[in-house]
Amino acid sequence: MSAEFAGGQVIIELVYLVASVLFILSLKWMSSPTTARHGIWAGEIGMVLAIIGTLLRNGLHDYHLIVIALVLGTIIGVPLGRVAMTAVPQRTALSHAFGALCVTLVGSAEFYLRAPAISRFMMSVLSIEVILGGLTVTGSLMAAGKLQEILPQRPLTYKGQNLVNFLLLAVALVIAVTLVLHPERHALFPFMVLLALVFGVLLIIPIGGADMPTVISLLNGYAGLSASAMGFVLDSKLLIIAGALDGSSGLILSIIMSKAMNRSFTNVLFGAFGQVQTSAAAGEVKPVRSATPEEAAAILSGANRVIIVPGYGMAVAQAQHKVRELYDGLTKRGVDVKFAIHPVAGRMPGHMNVLLAEADIPYDRLVEMDEINGDFPQTDVALVIGANDVTNPAARSDTSSPIYGMPILDVDKAHTVMVIKRSMNPGFAGIDNPLYYLDNTLMLFGDAKAFVGNIVRELGGGHS
Amino acid sequence: MNSSSSLIDALFIFVLAGFIGFEVIRRVSPLLHTPLMSLTNALDAIAVVGAIVLVGEHKSQLAAIFGFIAVVAATSNIVGGFFITDRMLKMFKSSRPATKQ
Repeated sequence: MSAEFAGGQVIIELVYLVASVLFILSLKWMSSPTTARHGIWAGEIGMVLAIIGTLLRNGLHDYHLIVIALVLGTIIGVPLGRVAMTAVPQRTALSHAFGALCVTLVGSAEFYLRAPAISRFMMSVLSIEVILGGLTVTGSLMAAGKLQEILPQRPLTYKGQNLVNFLLLAVALVIAVTLVLHPERHALFPFMVLLALVFGVLLIIPIGGADMPTVISLLNGYAGLSASAMGFVLDSKLLIIAGALDGSSGLILSIIMSKAMNRSFTNVLFGAFGQVQTSAAAGEVKPVRSATPEEAAAILSGANRVIIVPGYGMAVAQAQHKVRELYDGLTKRGVDVKFAIHPVAGRMPGHMNVLLAEADIPYDRLVEMDEINGDFPQTDVALVIGANDVTNPAARSDTSSPIYGMPILDVDKAHTVMVIKRSMNPGFAGIDNPLYYLDNTLMLFGDAKAFVGNIVRELGGGHS
Repeated sequence: MNSSSSLIDALFIFVLAGFIGFEVIRRVSPLLHTPLMSLTNALDAIAVVGAIVLVGEHKSQLAAIFGFIAVVAATSNIVGGFFITDRMLKMFKSSRPATKQ
């Protein structure tokens, strides 16, 4: 009996090993859009194997409850997989919250099952698990709320905010250390979790929408690291590996995002971008040149090379399908059209690529910032749709600008710049954009979707 | 529950997996950063195995309830995560067959 039992355990461990390999392959195949869908299959097979392996473990008896939970999770998961592409950032934030919720709950349950017979190392890892998990739960919910615009997107700041946050975290860590030394004081445990939950809320309150790509990535990293910590607690190598993969993915993405904004993590988290200076530029009214859809269509159809620069405003206006019609119309006339994608355009890493791919624009037309910046001087028209700060030339030249040093798309170097914008209100970060006052810039005032639609109609005018 | 040697083993695994993660994910095309995030999210929900054990062993009422909620949360991430990643990746099409220029 015991030999049979040991054999079963070995087989389950081997199944976990196979799942780990499949998970790594799954991420490896994401390197290119041509192999990426194999990656999903690998991930799915790995997941199913791991779950079956777990269900076959010895000592499980309450299968009834497991099945109910699995079914319930599936019922919730299906609609979460079917959300509109424009809602992907908030969906992603929500799923970070769910992942972290799972980790925090399992960690808490394990604590109560084991305490006080818990080693110091184990208690340390468990504290990391629930603190990281807890702050990710509420932090991600806050981020999702801001992205869904249930909560105000503008950063909320108050005096001594950072001090309050640091103190909260410090108290949580003191409790963690106390529990490591005296695991029998389990009355302290709920306070540690509670502090982590409150800390998560306070951490996201001062963060504005423009910083969401970095914050979502960072929360992704935290969710991964807390899952890895859970792997230590449960002695599950598969979980350690999956958590480490997810953690490194989140950290790499947050490094890429913060580099693309020329800011450090601490600056993103504690800098409260965006509630500054709306007053500075308010006094003077500088002249701008504007154009009608007819004029814009005439300039575009006379161009040889056009680069379209999409931003969050395109997503808000749901203009991506009209943009696709514009792309078709211009391509038919022999105009070379490309899209310039800034890493932090939109509200999460890769946001613009997904929206444009949804609108059926071929992915080889979507070009990253570093590759396309050299092309702007040879470009006839740069058409900016709903992007602002990522095109602001002040980032290159004006040392007093809050975004000075941030890498931008050099749209001002194109022969003609056209900017579709609702009004002259400053962008999300509240920073004035000198691009709008340049001699080669034409402002196209209006809703992005309607304006692009009008241009398309003008372009097609002769034929239909 | 663990001997110190198995904890060291776990640390080795964590560090090595972290390195693999960095090297593999560094190579992911920026085009696919959004599906990458939803995929890693689904994979991360492998935490469901820990929650399943909590529910199945039913060692205490609290553990079973926490485990139950945890299984629901993680399963919804698995199902939703794979589903939406697949939907996104299906949309990425190349222009090469038609208008390669």
